[in-house]
Amino acid sequence: MIYTSTLLKPLAMHIPDGFLSVTIAILCWVITAIILLLAIARTRGEFSERQIPLMGVMAAFIFAAQMINFPVAGGTSGHLLGGALAAIILGPWAGILVMASVIIVQGLLFQDGGLLVMGANILNMGLVTALIGYGLYRGVASRSLHLRLSVAGIAAWLSVMAGALVTSLQLWLSGTVSLKIVLPAMLTVHALIGIGEALITVATLAFILRTRPDLLAPGEGQARAGRGWVVAGIILVVLVLLLSPIASINPDGLERVAIDLGFIRHSQTASSGLLRDYTIPFLGKTSLSTILSGLMGALVVVVVIILVVRLVGRRRSQSPKSPK
Amino acid sequence: MMHISAFDSYRLRKSPIHLLNARIKVIITVLFILSNVLLPDGAWLAFLGSWLFILAISAFSRLGIGYAFKRSFVALPFALVALTTLFSVPGPALTTLHLASWQLVVTEPGLVRFLTILLRSWLSVQMAILLVATTQFPDVLHALRHLYVPGVLVSIISFMYRYLFVLSDEALRLLRARESRSARAVGPKSPLSVAREAHQAGNLAGQLFLRSYERSDRIYNAMQARGYYGTLFTLHPHQMQAKDWLIGAIGLALLAMLQLVGHFLP
Repeated sequence: MIYTSTLLKPLAMHIPDGFLSVTIAILCWVITAIILLLAIARTRGEFSERQIPLMGVMAAFIFAAQMINFPVAGGTSGHLLGGALAAIILGPWAGILVMASVIIVQGLLFQDGGLLVMGANILNMGLVTALIGYGLYRGVASRSLHLRLSVAGIAAWLSVMAGALVTSLQLWLSGTVSLKIVLPAMLTVHALIGIGEALITVATLAFILRTRPDLLAPGEGQARAGRGWVVAGIILVVLVLLLSPIASINPDGLERVAIDLGFIRHSQTASSGLLRDYTIPFLGKTSLSTILSGLMGALVVVVVIILVVRLVGRRRSQSPKSPK
Repeated sequence: MMHISAFDSYRLRKSPIHLLNARIKVIITVLFILSNVLLPDGAWLAFLGSWLFILAISAFSRLGIGYAFKRSFVALPFALVALTTLFSVPGPALTTLHLASWQLVVTEPGLVRFLTILLRSWLSVQMAILLVATTQFPDVLHALRHLYVPGVLVSIISFMYRYLFVLSDEALRLLRARESRSARAVGPKSPLSVAREAHQAGNLAGQLFLRSYERSDRIYNAMQARGYYGTLFTLHPHQMQAKDWLIGAIGLALLAMLQLVGHFLP
């Protein structure tokens, strides 16, 4: 749950029932189910019965932590979504199960998010965020404290942006929204929300690293096992960063691809009649917000690329440092 | 101090709905939501039928007819997202809104679509509200287990539910401690003060994490001392009885009828 002022509430990420088409909802359920089953298989092991109470309590922790706020501006306050944080602290698979549990309870008990669309909600807020959070962090898990915290912050911000992007795409492919209006709005608002997420994630991580660094998930022995996550995380980040500005600036291109792939019916797109009847509204606002999103996206791409290059360079020349 | 009832939507009654097997209730809820989404845009008669379905369940569960209705406007803010459908579905124009220099044409199919989305969402929320009002959450989880949701996930959610209130209390205590100990700077927020506040919030979250983590250790040891080896047991066997099957079949038939009405009647 991310609380913002009432005006911004519609742009929170829990999708209610009725906003996604059956096809998209089922598609997202299939993806989510596969990943959850994978996560269950991966967390099974000799300590699995110990892990279940831990993950349950951690899920309750994430839920409770979402109540911790700090004032940002006006009447709004920043909150935690927690996907990146959960994955960094608990590891990717446990983090995924924990976030899925949080979202399921929010949907079932508090009607925060629908039941049929829960697969999509878990995908957006639990899976995508955990992948980006863990993937990027894992790449620098053995580096200096400052680098780890910086990357964690960037990862948290990116995870929120990615969640917003995927949410917008799902809504658009279901025919509920028009992409050219909602995508820039979602991305801009979540760029701000993401800053709050980044700040709390970094602060929390710093506290834990200061007091009980031994509790953090990946050990040095898993250095090799983590590489796939890093690659997957970076690929997802690059996709998000490329897709967001492109889709914001030129949604028609994306629509054409979607028509060709049969995702949306032709009648839902801007036919020549539609363009004639109204000029695309808020031209000024849209350009500004897409430019802002694009600039921020480009900036982060640059930073990520720099980090990756340094990562690859150092890995070749040095041996990894010992764990703190 | 947050009591367990703060998060509990369950309302204790002796009603036929309350006594129904949780599996049936979960299945009917999901099928109801699915049915609404499958109904075509503008199937007003069928949606009216769906609403009558809700009212009937509200009445039968002795919650009062307006129970779900009163709580159903939670998802309303999200409806703003769907506002764009008013303008983006091509078709005969209804009205044209002039906002400054923009011209927004509200089309008839756009309006129909928008209202349908709202209706679907509104009806689904009410059904979910009725589900948790008539079924204790542990029973819902047990039903999920019967419905082939993986045991690991259900166990995690069970633990989460059990400790939700404990940890939320903990979080509220930390927040209250912050309120009573930290001086808030007055005036406009500078980036520095925001960063400082975020730092504080992070410390709170980190504290909460450590307390939760160490608590989970104690919880695990306590459960092991009581014989826990991985499975959670319930007292109530939750066997399906004839009346559960019967009511489930009736519900299914009603939903099928709604589908027929929606698809084949104008």
